[in-house]
Amino acid sequence: MTVTRREALGLAVGGVAALTTLRFAAPAFAAGNAIEDAIMEFTGGSTPGDGDITIVAPEIAENGNTVPIEVSAPGAASIMLLATGNPSPGVATFHFSALSGAQEAKTRIRLAKTQDIIAVAKMPDGSAITTKRSVKVTIGGCGG
Amino acid sequence: MKRTVSILAAGILGGALSTASLADDGRELVIDGETIATTTAAADDHPLSEIISGWRFRSAETQALQMDDFENPAFVAIEYAEELWEEPAGTSNKSCANCHGSFDGLAGLRAELPRWNEEMGKPATLEMLINASIETHQGAEPWKWESPEMLAMTALIGLASRGMPVALKTDGPMADWIKKGEELYYTRVGQLDLACANCHENNYGNMIRADHLSQGQVNGFPVYRLKWGGLGSIHRRFKGCMDQVRATPYTRGSDEFIALEAYVASRGMGLSVETPSVRN
Amino acid sequence: MAKVKPRVKVPKTASVNEVVTIKTLISHPMESGQRKDSKTGEAIPRKIINKFAASFNGEPVFMANMEPSVSANPYIEFQMRVPETGVVRFEWTDDDGSVYDLEKTITAA
Repeated sequence: MTVTRREALGLAVGGVAALTTLRFAAPAFAAGNAIEDAIMEFTGGSTPGDGDITIVAPEIAENGNTVPIEVSAPGAASIMLLATGNPSPGVATFHFSALSGAQEAKTRIRLAKTQDIIAVAKMPDGSAITTKRSVKVTIGGCGG
Repeated sequence: MKRTVSILAAGILGGALSTASLADDGRELVIDGETIATTTAAADDHPLSEIISGWRFRSAETQALQMDDFENPAFVAIEYAEELWEEPAGTSNKSCANCHGSFDGLAGLRAELPRWNEEMGKPATLEMLINASIETHQGAEPWKWESPEMLAMTALIGLASRGMPVALKTDGPMADWIKKGEELYYTRVGQLDLACANCHENNYGNMIRADHLSQGQVNGFPVYRLKWGGLGSIHRRFKGCMDQVRATPYTRGSDEFIALEAYVASRGMGLSVETPSVRN
Repeated sequence: MAKVKPRVKVPKTASVNEVVTIKTLISHPMESGQRKDSKTGEAIPRKIINKFAASFNGEPVFMANMEPSVSANPYIEFQMRVPETGVVRFEWTDDDGSVYDLEKTITAA
């Protein structure tokens, strides 16, 4: 069966549109899937709920290169930090032990732009809890 | 939120001088128990009404990084310099320690620089003095201005003066160089046609895009800049500013930057040395 | 900073079972792999400290896996309970396999 030129054009445009739609589902910065995947892999499949987990971070980061951040989750086995707006969301994962006086850690991270930071804690019983915090990151001013 | 309000207020005030826009809640710079003054009165003929350290213009988190000698990221370089201090070098096979003893013995040096150097026929910055010693007394290769070794050593020697007031001589042969530096400070340059004074004298406390403008003092150099993720020299900072106004910058160690450093240091007379400082 | 150099702040003494704060830092550029060489346009390859581990008398205390989003000169602070006198051992692992280490003794009274 022959395809008319109009039909062919329609197919082509439709095909391109379909491809374009697929492409837009994966933006340059960490897609929603990458974050969900990272969380699920960390928790071993359990969906994290609310709990005693805190992120301390500045409301406005003076420089995205070095943002001081603190996470704590009493009783946790480990805590994972994700930067949802960075080229890849993984930041660090902290693992505690019987000798950890407290389940908390402080570090300094890079944030590419204003974004949410997510912390997920895995508890010894296999459950998981999560919280997030928005950090504004200013870009540029002056001074080489 | 307090900070946002003060930023807005600063923006509205425009060119007006305003210390109210510091928004730092009057925090004090206390390092391991010792309080370091971050403001000082200006002399009557000083163009500024009050002299304020760049520390006051930074966010609480950045300020906190300077308040602990472990958390201050510059201190890895300080440890490196302490090692270099003990290392014999060059044809002399002597270390800095062999002649100078402890680096604490150089307390006061950073505070009086740049200072006239008869042999060089010009003011000497700390980098120039270090290299003179390395070449002449150690018989070793001089360090590049921005090398890790030079940055570490200027940080260490600066640290020996921490807390001491900036007190360079401005008379005698220094006077001409400081005058030259003053001219440079007030001369507009570059595509953006800006002079140092336009931002650092007329607009300190205001925001330039996302940066909280300081008075552009040099009392804390070399500085650990979060933006650089490392230490940087005074001349690097000068060069950066010139790049940003789209001017052709002078080079590190040039007569222009030596003159400018002398002038800018004199604008901070009385301010405490904060080396190694932490800024954004 | 040219060399990779670790530093730690550990109290010299502690009461038995006291919880102490331990601060650590290592000078390292943490090359993320995102930067491009300004002359060639080529991406500068990733090279970071990807793991930090602390142990006490051989027992694991704390471990951190790190990604390029950790700032240059990585700073890590954590809490440790001091059960007895002993040696805290710190290890930082670079992407290239190098391991940097440091040990400090805490005397428990």
